[in-house]
Amino acid sequence: MLLESINVLNYRNITQSDLTFSPGINCFVGDNGAGKTNMLDAIYYLSFCKSFFNSIDSQNIKHDENFFVLQGKYEKNNMKEEIYCGVKQNQKKQFKRNKKEYPKLSDHIGFIPLVFISPSDELLIMDGSEIRRKYMDGVISQYDHYYLELIIRYSRILLQRNKLLKDMAQSGKHDLSLLEAIDLQLVNTGNLIYNKRATFINELIPVFERHFTNISGGKEKVEIIYKSHLSLNNFKEQLIQNQKKDLILGYTTIGIHKDDLDFNLNNFQLKKEGSQGQKKTFAIALKLAQFDFLATHQNVKPILLLDDIFDKLDDKRGSSLLKLVAEDHFNQIFLTHTNKLNIETILNVTGKQFKIFEVSNGNIIF
Amino acid sequence: MSVLHFPSRLLEASVNEFSKLPGIGKKTALRLVLHLLRQDKTDVFQFSDTIRLMREDVKYCRECNNISDSEICDICTNVHRDHRIVCVVESVKDVMVIENTQQYSGVYHVLGGVISPMDGIGPGDLFIDSLEKKIENDQIDEIIFALPTTMEGDTTNFYLYKKFEKKPVKITTIARGVSIGDELEFIDEVTLGRSLINRQLFESTL
Repeated sequence: MLLESINVLNYRNITQSDLTFSPGINCFVGDNGAGKTNMLDAIYYLSFCKSFFNSIDSQNIKHDENFFVLQGKYEKNNMKEEIYCGVKQNQKKQFKRNKKEYPKLSDHIGFIPLVFISPSDELLIMDGSEIRRKYMDGVISQYDHYYLELIIRYSRILLQRNKLLKDMAQSGKHDLSLLEAIDLQLVNTGNLIYNKRATFINELIPVFERHFTNISGGKEKVEIIYKSHLSLNNFKEQLIQNQKKDLILGYTTIGIHKDDLDFNLNNFQLKKEGSQGQKKTFAIALKLAQFDFLATHQNVKPILLLDDIFDKLDDKRGSSLLKLVAEDHFNQIFLTHTNKLNIETILNVTGKQFKIFEVSNGNIIF
Repeated sequence: MSVLHFPSRLLEASVNEFSKLPGIGKKTALRLVLHLLRQDKTDVFQFSDTIRLMREDVKYCRECNNISDSEICDICTNVHRDHRIVCVVESVKDVMVIENTQQYSGVYHVLGGVISPMDGIGPGDLFIDSLEKKIENDQIDEIIFALPTTMEGDTTNFYLYKKFEKKPVKITTIARGVSIGDELEFIDEVTLGRSLINRQLFESTL
């Protein structure tokens, strides 16, 4: 996957920029608030049909303007592809591939594979379990279309079950045969999802560990543990065991909707004992593993966006990360940095082709 | 839309009645009412009488809950049909569709809905009793589930299956898979995947 050039008009704080990119590393440098990350966001937009930061389109239009346009010229499997996106105030957003409009935006998502590594990835470690399930679901559904269907089905059954439990708790009437009918479906769908998640985590661990070791230098021992009620015992039996509790509480306490991932560092919980840099390294390795999954399953190397990755990392980790992504294993890279001289020296060492763009006040200068 | 001003209260009342119908808004209602106003009085009376009669005299079959003009519907009274096979469907519309296939000679059982706690529909709201009685009295050999392939349809299938599995009755369900005349490339992956899992001997398709 290669982004050859981009035209940005009125996107966030960028008035206009028409850039031609290097197939290797592209770096946006500039002060805080200059618009470096907005450039990455524009590239992200062309892959996911929405902004990484703000899903309300009208708020992504530059102040005092009433439209924005993004246009990217790509090369995918030796074919030229042109993606166009136009958003006008109060109008339906237009998304076109080679001048032909998509009937559904979801047809486009996944066509330009892309992985965005940003400071907010640390939430993967610090936030509640939902974000980690989302991470699993996001990666698995990219190579297994049936999986998303299962997730949708499971949540629907769960909604029905919780409503039934609530009704029963309120009315005091317990129709256990109906609960059993719903449980049967919850068990069938839940088991399928559990198996897919367990297989995924097993495949993920070696890939993740390799990336983590490469960045950290290999002195730390890391662990990912998939935690699920379903790994402890038979799902069906557990539902029956917890039936009384569920009936009192009025919701389902057991199931894959409570799954979580435990992240450990040197046998301690990363969330509690890890330093900021260690957490960041962990999150980056998780995202790089996602990159590998996409690359293997779609047979195209995704575009990699790295936002402010050197922040919080020590010099050693920073440069080994850059050395890592400069390998042939990764393809085209876009990154942001605040210091031009600094990044130039680092990039020179990698030996990979690179281009630096200076960003100031929403304008991009070479 | 701005508020319509009617020159007649009677006109307004009719428009309000029509716009209670599903899919009909104020403007369409007005168009229909003005159309009726232009028709012969006899035609309009026939129209209103038909509707009144329909509402007054249509019955639900005691046996199968199908819509009928008599206490027991034409299908249930038909001696040429196989009364030992019962096809369980959600609504009257499904009976009409299956009848159109001309492939089925058994009788029906209309549940009048599917179980969905979110919509406040439980087993008690469905028409199940007469089916249960027939099974108890050993009047049925086979019941065929022909409910929607949604989660709610499946819940209802499971519920009925659990209720009847220990009874001496064969329980079957209609096949799910590729529609006839479909190109494989246009079929959704879930359906196609299921068709592969539930594949059948070619011999049996001949």
